[in-house]
Amino acid sequence: MSSTPPATPAATPASTPTAAGGSPAMQSRHLSVWFGKRKVLEDVNISFPANTCTALIGPSGCGKSTYIRTLNRLHELIPGAGLAGDVLHNGRDIYARDVDPVTVRLAIGMVFQKPNPFPSMTIRGNVLSGLKLSGMKRPNHDEIVEDTLRKAGLWNEVKDRLSHAAGELSGGQAQRLVIARALAVQPQVLLMDEPCSALDPASTLKIEETIRELAESITIIIVTHNMQQATRVSDYTAFFLAAENEPGIVVEQGATTEIFSNPQDPRTLDYVNGRFG
Amino acid sequence: MTVAPQDLKPRALVSGASFNRGDRVFNRVITLAAFTALFVLAGITVFLGYQFIPVVQEQGLFFFTGSAWDPAAGRYGIWAMVYGSILLSVIALIVAVPASLLLSIFMVFLAPRRVSAVLTNLVDLMAAIPSIILGLWGFWVFQQVAADWSELLNRYFGWIPLFQNSSGNFTGTPFIAGLVLAVMMIPITTSVTREVMARTPPELINAAESLGCSLYSMLRHVALPFGRGGLIGGVMLGLGRALGETVAVFFVIKLVFDVNLFRILESEGGSVASMIVAKFGEANEQELQVLLAAGFVLFVGTLIVNLIANAIVGRTGRLSS
Ligand SMILES: Nc1ncnc2c1ncn2[C@@H]1O[C@H](COP(=O)(O)OP(=O)(O)OP(=O)(O)O)[C@@H](O)[C@H]1O
Ligand SMILES: [Mg+2]
Repeated sequence: MSSTPPATPAATPASTPTAAGGSPAMQSRHLSVWFGKRKVLEDVNISFPANTCTALIGPSGCGKSTYIRTLNRLHELIPGAGLAGDVLHNGRDIYARDVDPVTVRLAIGMVFQKPNPFPSMTIRGNVLSGLKLSGMKRPNHDEIVEDTLRKAGLWNEVKDRLSHAAGELSGGQAQRLVIARALAVQPQVLLMDEPCSALDPASTLKIEETIRELAESITIIIVTHNMQQATRVSDYTAFFLAAENEPGIVVEQGATTEIFSNPQDPRTLDYVNGRFG
Repeated sequence: MTVAPQDLKPRALVSGASFNRGDRVFNRVITLAAFTALFVLAGITVFLGYQFIPVVQEQGLFFFTGSAWDPAAGRYGIWAMVYGSILLSVIALIVAVPASLLLSIFMVFLAPRRVSAVLTNLVDLMAAIPSIILGLWGFWVFQQVAADWSELLNRYFGWIPLFQNSSGNFTGTPFIAGLVLAVMMIPITTSVTREVMARTPPELINAAESLGCSLYSMLRHVALPFGRGGLIGGVMLGLGRALGETVAVFFVIKLVFDVNLFRILESEGGSVASMIVAKFGEANEQELQVLLAAGFVLFVGTLIVNLIANAIVGRTGRLSS
């Protein structure tokens, strides 16, 4: 859409995280999003440096889920969905005409709020389901299963019942299974929309551990309502806010330590201290 | 060893009991209604079975394995009709199941919302068309068209025994009757399968989409396995209608008491239900009893089909690994 270079100071008031690393793994530029006639996000500019974890925070309904779904082209599957601006992955516009959305979704994986393993498949079948569904070829399935389940912190709990139904796992185990499933297709970016909101503290800690380990090799973008979680797992934070009947905007973004200890905007200060939202 | 305490008895748990008077009356009424339905069903079974037993005693095994309708000699065998019912059902299933599945997939996953709403109403309307109307339509309108298709099939694929025809008459065939049955099945089956597909949990669809999968593999690995039980149920409901259909088949098939094994373009065939309707009008006392016995066979057959379907649905689907 626009030819403005990524991080013009005018476009992004707060310092862009990019400053820290090299070129960003993901980046949204002047991104606005609609559902039908209703604009729910306006001019979102965020860069996600490679191999870091960025937290997206903000009150309910401000457009965090919507935003994260534009990053791997799931948004467009909703009838009436609209979008302006662009989203870059490794410098390439993922919405360009010649880009296959299937390739995008494979490179940019997603974990949802509600654990959603496939009930008609075994535990092992679930881990490998991405390969099956997308037709991706990778050798050594046994190795993939063990490796991804270890990364997701689930291996020890399920290694003796890989051929059992996925439906018999607890919520926290199911969520870690889903993470393993997302990892099996070797994504470069992993989007997580409130992955721990349905989990107990122990499972949550496990998943946070997993996120920190994963962030050493892939780029993670996580939506969370839990401020402690944001400080524990993320390197950068972006704060979304939507005034009544207005589209959501990014009020402030930067290093997580900065956002939480020394926010520039009073609204951010109020939010991270739990005073609204 | 410790001795189990003698007085440890499980307490009676009265679930569903309520102290609310209205509730109690309501429960009674519901229970009564349920049992009435059961009694009616049992009554029909007993009545049919009562007619069935003397016929079997009289005709012996011939009643099941023979094919004859000979009031003069008092010989009756309904195998050709039973087999005809099966053949027609198979033809109807082969046409109606894929058509219903594709139609419901289109309505749920592909069509714009408005188109899908219109289609849904249309399908429900079609399901409500009385079978006599479909029979008339089959006889006056569809028969000619289908006969033309049959002729083409015969011309180009006549070397396959399935499509042989020795008489040159392409009307009154199992093929046409099967297609008419398919037309009756499609709306019923589609309205169920559409409902079932539409209930695929969105989070599973999301999961599949986020793993970069095509519509085809989403259907194959997610939606169809998930809706399996409901889909089979929809097919069964349609099949039930096909098996019991009388008038429509009666109109479009040439009833012949001779087993037509597979030559579906040959002008001969039948089904139990259409036989009953064909013979009922001028049946003498003995024929009437045989017809009721045939009805019992149909009833039991339908029951068996439903039991099998239930077993398939009840078995947890094979997990794919
Ligand atoms: N499918 C949809 N159709 C129409 N409007 C939608 C749809 N999904 C979300 N919205 C609207 O878009 C806005 C942003 O929703 P979104 O789900 O992105 O919020 P969120 O920040 O993720 O909230 P939460 O923290 O509660 O998950 C909301 O006002 C919501 O009503
Ligand atoms: Mg959300």
